[in-house]
Amino acid sequence: MSDNALYIDEMMDQYPAKPESLIVILQEIQNKYGFISGDAMRLASEHVHVPLTQAYAVATFYQSFRLDPVGEHEIKVCLGTACHLKGGQRLVEDLERRLHVESGGTTEDMRFTLNTVNCVGACALAPVVSVDNQYHPNATAKKMEKVLKSLTDPSLEEMEGTGNA
Amino acid sequence: MHDHALAEQSDALRLRSLDDLNRLRKQILDKRDPDQPEIVVCHGTGCLANGSADVSAAIRSALDASGIEAKVVPGIKTTGCQGFCSHGPLVVIRPRGIFYQKVKPKDAKEIIEKTIVQGDVVKRLLYKNPTDGEKILHEQDIPFYKRQTRVVLHNIGKIDPTDISDTIASGGYQALAKALTTMTPEQVVQEIETSGLRGRGGAGFPTGRKWRSALTAIEKKGRPVYVVVNGDEGDPGAFMDRTIMEGDPHAVLEGLILGAYALGANQGYLYVRAEYPLAIKHLTIAMEQARAYGLLGDNILNSGFSFDARINRGAGAFVCGESTALFTSIEGNPGNPRPKYVRSVEEGLWGRPTVLNNVETWANIPLIVNKGGDWYAKIGVPHSTGTKVFSLVGKVNNVGLVEVPMGVPLSTIVEDIGGGVPGGAPFKAVQTGGPSGGCIPYELKDTPVDFDSLTKAGSMMGSGAMIVMDNRDCVVDVGRYFLRFLEEESCGKCMPCRLGLSRMREILDNFSEGKGSEKDIEDLLSLSKAIQDSALCALGSSAPNPVLTTLKYFKDEYLAHVTRQKCPAGVCKNLITYSIDPELCTGCTSCAKQCPVGCIEGEKKKPHAIDTGLCIRCGICMDTCKFNAVNVI
Ligand SMILES: Cc1cc2nc3c(=O)[nH]c(=O)nc-3n(C[C@H](O)[C@H](O)[C@H](O)COP(=O)(O)O)c2cc1C
Ligand code: SF4
Ligand code: SF4
Ligand code: SF4
Ligand code: FES
Ligand code: FES
Repeated sequence: MSDNALYIDEMMDQYPAKPESLIVILQEIQNKYGFISGDAMRLASEHVHVPLTQAYAVATFYQSFRLDPVGEHEIKVCLGTACHLKGGQRLVEDLERRLHVESGGTTEDMRFTLNTVNCVGACALAPVVSVDNQYHPNATAKKMEKVLKSLTDPSLEEMEGTGNA
Repeated sequence: MHDHALAEQSDALRLRSLDDLNRLRKQILDKRDPDQPEIVVCHGTGCLANGSADVSAAIRSALDASGIEAKVVPGIKTTGCQGFCSHGPLVVIRPRGIFYQKVKPKDAKEIIEKTIVQGDVVKRLLYKNPTDGEKILHEQDIPFYKRQTRVVLHNIGKIDPTDISDTIASGGYQALAKALTTMTPEQVVQEIETSGLRGRGGAGFPTGRKWRSALTAIEKKGRPVYVVVNGDEGDPGAFMDRTIMEGDPHAVLEGLILGAYALGANQGYLYVRAEYPLAIKHLTIAMEQARAYGLLGDNILNSGFSFDARINRGAGAFVCGESTALFTSIEGNPGNPRPKYVRSVEEGLWGRPTVLNNVETWANIPLIVNKGGDWYAKIGVPHSTGTKVFSLVGKVNNVGLVEVPMGVPLSTIVEDIGGGVPGGAPFKAVQTGGPSGGCIPYELKDTPVDFDSLTKAGSMMGSGAMIVMDNRDCVVDVGRYFLRFLEEESCGKCMPCRLGLSRMREILDNFSEGKGSEKDIEDLLSLSKAIQDSALCALGSSAPNPVLTTLKYFKDEYLAHVTRQKCPAGVCKNLITYSIDPELCTGCTSCAKQCPVGCIEGEKKKPHAIDTGLCIRCGICMDTCKFNAVNVI
């Protein structure tokens, strides 16, 4: 934790020690560690001078903050309108079955976290699934099966149509 | 590369007058050879997702390998979304304007050899007109582009958004220089008033009037005052703000600086959703470059006017697009809306007078200042002037971004530009305005698309998402979808929204299971009325709209669910059955391999069949079958 505390301290110094910096500091922490630990939350709240309870109020209000560790790979299925109409929900259910995890959760072996998002703005390619911030356009259960396989066994790298998010 | 390194020697770059800007522009243009071939690769989100980064890399290495000895070496340029995302990755060869679609990395060599070296066309990469099968050579002849009026989007697809010289070459910051050197702030406000511009964020509030009332508030309260860009774009299905921020970030920034000048603001904020990393990156680069050139920051263009801006990343809450929630979010709090008896122009950010406008609204400002409010007012229709960018998605052939003058008929967008519904059937309805909007049925396809006509039809302009639905889309499901979306996104502060939406969604859940009664429809109507009348913010008060309009135009479909336990569109899970057409099934076994419960049986190369008792109706077989052999009723 001391390394973490050091990083967080240095990072926080770039932002004014005011309540308005809270969200961006939490975002930076999450970018670095994938989630916000209790210790990190405390450091952040002290730095911007808000009560710990208020820091939690902020972190729990916004969907993007996570208070639990995330898996090695993050899968996000878009459930925006275009993706919904083209079967986004079915993809979520299929991934839940394949990974044995509910949407929002992380697999027991900490390999995958499954989430849904509301429209990533690539609706023309609906349904869209993002895996570790790479978009997979026109996703189908079959395509996702291949993607999962390639993540489990990287030698199977024959994924088509991927790009940076 | 270029501008970053130079930013260090900032004084060398600083522009100190309109003359400086014009001189720089001339320098950039003089250095360019109009005959030099330019290979333009779309790096918008859609094309990137389809692999366009690999395409541009392949083109680059093919170019290096070709050892071209031509007098002018072709340049490669990557741009923001060119709109025609469903046909990406797109590659355009300028100045000839040859348009290649669905380009793969392996096409790169041929493009270089044939088109660049020999001047020939790679026919197989051309767009084929679906109506007559003709291949179309030039971008501007493709029906999708031909009928659009690209005003706000005019730069996107032409400029490299990460290189300010491209923006300056195409006339960027001319409006700012003009305003700072020849116009008073009051004159800028007047131009905006004359233009008739109405905010593009949803409600269509006249921008000039908003700015005017901010001025009145400032008279009372004094400064500071803030200008804010609403780049939250929470509307699912909308991506025009994303495209503008990614593809022409300087346009948004220039608009914001002009607004700041008009209102006397020295600080601005861009609130951009965190789901748009590329937009944030391009805006950040644009701001650094603008600062280096003296177009942002202290003493802009030596005019004595100083203004700077900052980006705030959203944190994934739809309600933060609402103005008061957005302000509290920037201040570092949970994004709870507050009652609006005090207007934001009087008490916005930190209780100060604040002007919040949408991304597209801001991007319109430089155009108006450049060409005049009168010019702008002539585009569109009297009470909805200018153009509007729509994201056309769903069951339509040409999915993408479309810009048209306000007031064109809906059918122009969906049928002429969008190319209609795949399969050629008429569309069933178009959902506009997102969760606050409604559905416009096919019978109203001649409805002019402008703020007031859409409202009259029971829908809304909203941010400009257009979701085309065909007869495989179920209105009960769509209503349920929006209600669930808003239920999850509601801040939960007031009762009508918190409890009302859940109750409405429960009723629709029942419908989708074939339960409920006709009386439930009355309940939906009265609940809607109650929520509309008493919700605190517009998230709640507009939430019943999708249900109300679909009830108005598609009541039969609701009734089919309740009285006949049928989902006519074949969507609602509990009311449908999958089957395999033995005539069409080739026995390829793909579906059987994918079926998660293993309820598809059949011999190889013989027709397969589904055990409907075991089937969990996941629809995977239908998605998998390449022979259209799986049916749903
Ligand atoms: C729940 C809710 C969400 C909204 N989301 C957005 C949004 O994502 N982007 C946007 O520009 N306006 C959004 N609005 C509208 C804004 O509150 C505001 O009216 C608008 O940004 C003003 O800009 P304009 O005058 O340029 O349209 C939303 C409104 C509500 C009630
Ligand atoms: S209407 Fe809904 S979102 Fe708006 S303040 Fe009330 S509970 Fe919150
Ligand atoms: S719908 Fe799903 S469960 Fe049913 S047969 Fe098809 S693949 Fe199998
Ligand atoms: S995928 Fe289609 S063609 Fe192949 S076995 Fe299944 S139903 Fe038959
Ligand atoms: S709806 Fe999925 S990307 Fe927009
Ligand atoms: S992303 Fe390339 S056309 Fe839209």
